[in-house]
Amino acid sequence: MTEHFPVFIVLIPFFGALLCGLLGMRWPRVCPGIALAGMGLAVVVAAAILQRVAEVGEWSYFVGKWEQPRGIGIELRVDGINALVLSAVAVVGWLVAVFSPGRLGRDEESKPTQFYILFLLLMTGLFGITVTGDAFNLYVMIEISALTGYALLAMGPHSRARLATFNYLIMGTIGASFYLLGVGYLYLHTGMLNMAGIHTVLAANPASSVALVAFTLIMVGLWLKMALFPLGGWLPNVYTYGPPLAAAAAAPLVTKVTVYVMVRMMVTVFGWKWVFGGGGWNEAVVWLAVVAILAGALMALAAKDLKRMLCCLILSEVGYMVGGAWLANRWGMTGAIYHILGDAFMTLTLFLAAGVLAGRAAIFKLERFEGMFRRQPWVMAAFAVGALGMIGLPPTCGFFSKWFLIRGGLEAGHYGYVGALIVSSLINAVLFFRIFEIAVFGSKPGKHGYDGPQVVVEPDGVKAKGGDLLALYGAAAMVVVVGLGSGWISGVIQRALEVNGVPLAAPAVLAPAVDETPTNDH
Amino acid sequence: MIAELHPAAILVVGGVLAFFLPGRLRQVWCVGLPVLGLVNMLGVQHGATAPVEFMGHHLEWLRVDKLSWLFGLLFHIAAVIAAIYSLHVKDRVQLGTAMLYAGSAVGAVFAGDLLTLFVFWELLAVTSVFQVWGRRNPAALGAGLRYLLVHVASGLLVLIGLAMHYRATGSLAFGHLGLESEGGLLIFMGFGIKCAFPLVHTWLVDAYPAATPSGALYLCSFTTKVAVYAMARGFAGEGVLIGIGALMAMFPIFYAVIENDLRRVLGYSMINQIGFMMVGIGIGTPLALNGAVAHAFNDVLFKGLLFMSMGAVLYRTGKINGSDLGGLYKSMPWTAGFCMVGAASISAFPLFSGFVSKSMVMSAAADGGMVWVWLALLFAAAGVFHHAGIKIPFFAFFAHDSGIRTKEAPWHMLLAMGLGAALCIGIGCFPQVLYGLLPWEADYHPYTITHVLSQTQLLFFSALAFVSLMLLKIYPPELRSVNLDADWFWRKGGAGVLRAVDVCFNGLNRWAHAGMMRTVAWVSGWGGDAPARLVGRAAGGWYRLQGVAPAAREERAARLAQRCRDGGFRVGLMAGAAVLMVAAGILWFRR
Repeated sequence: MTEHFPVFIVLIPFFGALLCGLLGMRWPRVCPGIALAGMGLAVVVAAAILQRVAEVGEWSYFVGKWEQPRGIGIELRVDGINALVLSAVAVVGWLVAVFSPGRLGRDEESKPTQFYILFLLLMTGLFGITVTGDAFNLYVMIEISALTGYALLAMGPHSRARLATFNYLIMGTIGASFYLLGVGYLYLHTGMLNMAGIHTVLAANPASSVALVAFTLIMVGLWLKMALFPLGGWLPNVYTYGPPLAAAAAAPLVTKVTVYVMVRMMVTVFGWKWVFGGGGWNEAVVWLAVVAILAGALMALAAKDLKRMLCCLILSEVGYMVGGAWLANRWGMTGAIYHILGDAFMTLTLFLAAGVLAGRAAIFKLERFEGMFRRQPWVMAAFAVGALGMIGLPPTCGFFSKWFLIRGGLEAGHYGYVGALIVSSLINAVLFFRIFEIAVFGSKPGKHGYDGPQVVVEPDGVKAKGGDLLALYGAAAMVVVVGLGSGWISGVIQRALEVNGVPLAAPAVLAPAVDETPTNDH
Repeated sequence: MIAELHPAAILVVGGVLAFFLPGRLRQVWCVGLPVLGLVNMLGVQHGATAPVEFMGHHLEWLRVDKLSWLFGLLFHIAAVIAAIYSLHVKDRVQLGTAMLYAGSAVGAVFAGDLLTLFVFWELLAVTSVFQVWGRRNPAALGAGLRYLLVHVASGLLVLIGLAMHYRATGSLAFGHLGLESEGGLLIFMGFGIKCAFPLVHTWLVDAYPAATPSGALYLCSFTTKVAVYAMARGFAGEGVLIGIGALMAMFPIFYAVIENDLRRVLGYSMINQIGFMMVGIGIGTPLALNGAVAHAFNDVLFKGLLFMSMGAVLYRTGKINGSDLGGLYKSMPWTAGFCMVGAASISAFPLFSGFVSKSMVMSAAADGGMVWVWLALLFAAAGVFHHAGIKIPFFAFFAHDSGIRTKEAPWHMLLAMGLGAALCIGIGCFPQVLYGLLPWEADYHPYTITHVLSQTQLLFFSALAFVSLMLLKIYPPELRSVNLDADWFWRKGGAGVLRAVDVCFNGLNRWAHAGMMRTVAWVSGWGGDAPARLVGRAAGGWYRLQGVAPAAREERAARLAQRCRDGGFRVGLMAGAAVLMVAAGILWFRR
């Protein structure tokens, strides 16, 4: 049975969604249980896949045993990179499923069944994107995750949720269409949809302008979907006004999985040599990433409420990953892939905490943090872990991803990127310590400490329940676990990159890993 | 069966139980405990060990050899005497912690590894401070806090040192450490604080006079002697100790002569006696080490005896300053007698205990040809007689009659003092009993003609000096005054450091708060808003060019700026940007 795991992980949430649809219409209360069990199973399967891939290497699976690469057979292909992403998606999904029962009565009040069906389908799509080795199948999965995402986010209680989601829909569709167009060009050129197959043909015939157009279309399409800065204007409003739980599920995953797709396209489909072989494109893209990092950080500084601030930080983090991937060396790429995991858990922690603190409300003004450490100490502790990760303090994963990325930047000699990383870390520090200061000392200027908050703030409507705290602490723990396991994780990533032909830049010096023990608890 | 118990176990467990016992029973219990412990300890075999595996480290909870056994014996005897002496104490906390204190002292000397030693070392500090606080007045509270501060600092030094030592050697065993490594140096400093090295001695003369009558007895018996034991174990033969010890033997004499508080005089005298021990440990020959250990043994007894007599005076009269006392021999003849036994012992009169141990150190110095050390110790010996042998009994019990008439000390105090006095005289007359217990092999005979003669000469010339100074009225009078000691540096320096830290760090904090939290946040907030404002401004210009009416122009510009802030752009703009990027990418990406 284990040999079918790569397809199981897609099918588990898919059948979970079907089950929700069948049973949930009659008994809406079983839906959370189905989601929890399904995602729990997915975590186990993902962990098994990760373990095998880490030990053995690449794992190829042909759906329905249609093995001929030129035929219609769909190949699922798991190596170290997507096994890690798969595990991260599974764990994030499970934690969201843990979180939901406590949240249900308030947020997705009217439509629990619909919510869970859509959530599980979103997971199906994300798992599919991650495991597939077929460029067109990837498009289908992107559409599954995108369509369910639109529906989920439009359920938000705030009146602007629908308009924001509509913008998202337009932009997402354009992005997906670009991608599809690019895949079409590739098919035209190579006659293949299988990624590895496309790569062999392209490698034989590198100087092709069709491939060039295809690559450009695919990249711009993916940047649209992952919200790289000038194309990412849709993102803040969507996750700010969308329902908190849906935002907590989508915000950590959708952009990160898209980053993974970009990495996959660069590394496997087009190939390292093809992408970085000539032209100054990579230099330009890194500068674009620098602009994205700084713009996201500045927008976060200007934000007056928590969720918008977090959303702007996502824009900044996307810049990290795109820049790292385009640095054209192995450390940058390792950092980008590692940051997919790290950022998923950090964002999840912060969004879950924001969900508890803000409740249904979309807008949570920063002043409302006043006295929060006293009123919600447990939630704030987890929030602080996520915040420290964002700032990049060891042993959280934020520190290690910045370490890898800065290392890649130095190796590439791209000091603009390194500087942007450092500036953005400093801005993150200002952002989160401003919040801590308000939470401890109050928001009035001049009231710096020593006499406690003066204003009695209105009581929060939401108290954290057991499930909420469990999810929150699970996410916060993962922030640290991924950090502590950075040595092992980066080892897995590097082996996978080596198989994919990413050249060793400098003599491989090992990561600053504090702990070499494997983190099999994904 | 009882021999299986760790020697400290009875005192520690019993000490905890003492908290829960009712009044009278608790007092009796606290006398019984050290007796029981003594019986138990006598049954413990030499060479017994109790290895424990704790968190991957090999710990020796128990290591019995002659050195630790002798100190264990000493602490039990001291605890018995002190418990009898404090039979009048009703304070639950004071009695309970006193037993724990004795227990941790016993545990510390039987500790076979540094970690166990550290645990008992800290326990020693924490439990002993209640002997000071037991007095329950503001002065005692302050002195106790300072005492605790110093001893916790000592414990921390030991902790850091043992961590470094462990890292360097991979072993936690407590044997000879030496000063060569940084870890050893830190541990040495930690031990040194508890030994009351010069400049860090102030805790001793600060806390002991502030303690309760019985508390001072407990304090003088354990804390410094554990430190002496640790020094002898870890740093025997380190030459630097000779210099430190000689200094410690000499400088307190001056303070002791001018000090008015008689218990503080005893405190200075204690530093002086520890100086002898430090010299002995520093010389490091078997004779010297034996002398140091034997002197520590005797010091607990005769210094305890002196503290007991002064405690009895304080208990009965409520006064302890030399200027307030005098003529008490009429009211408290027994106490005066015991005090004089103690004084004779500390001054090393023949047939008293000091005589048989102090000269061992001096002989060792002479054997090693250390003339200056020998002379320093000779001076110190004369000084001891001066301030402890004569001054204490003279000003308390004789001198001019202060007119105080009071009762003799209570029976249990007299009993405790009698026990101490008997031991002082017994050891002085039959030194071979003590010598037989000493850990190192060295042959020494105190009662030689030369020794007796020279010591007697020394004592009588000292007495002659005192008498002539008194008759000529040159002797420093007993004054109510505060004598300036090295604690000036600690008190003033501490306050200065606190002020400096306040200015630096709180200032930095204020500055950073103003700089980062307000200015930077404001500037960057403004910077984050700048694009929106820029768009608004540009749009205003654009509308003007188009000839839109001013009111409508401003409104539309403001709306556009707000749209920038909310991210509410027309979706087509972004789509257009995407298309442009595709075009630019294809054009640029030429190979």
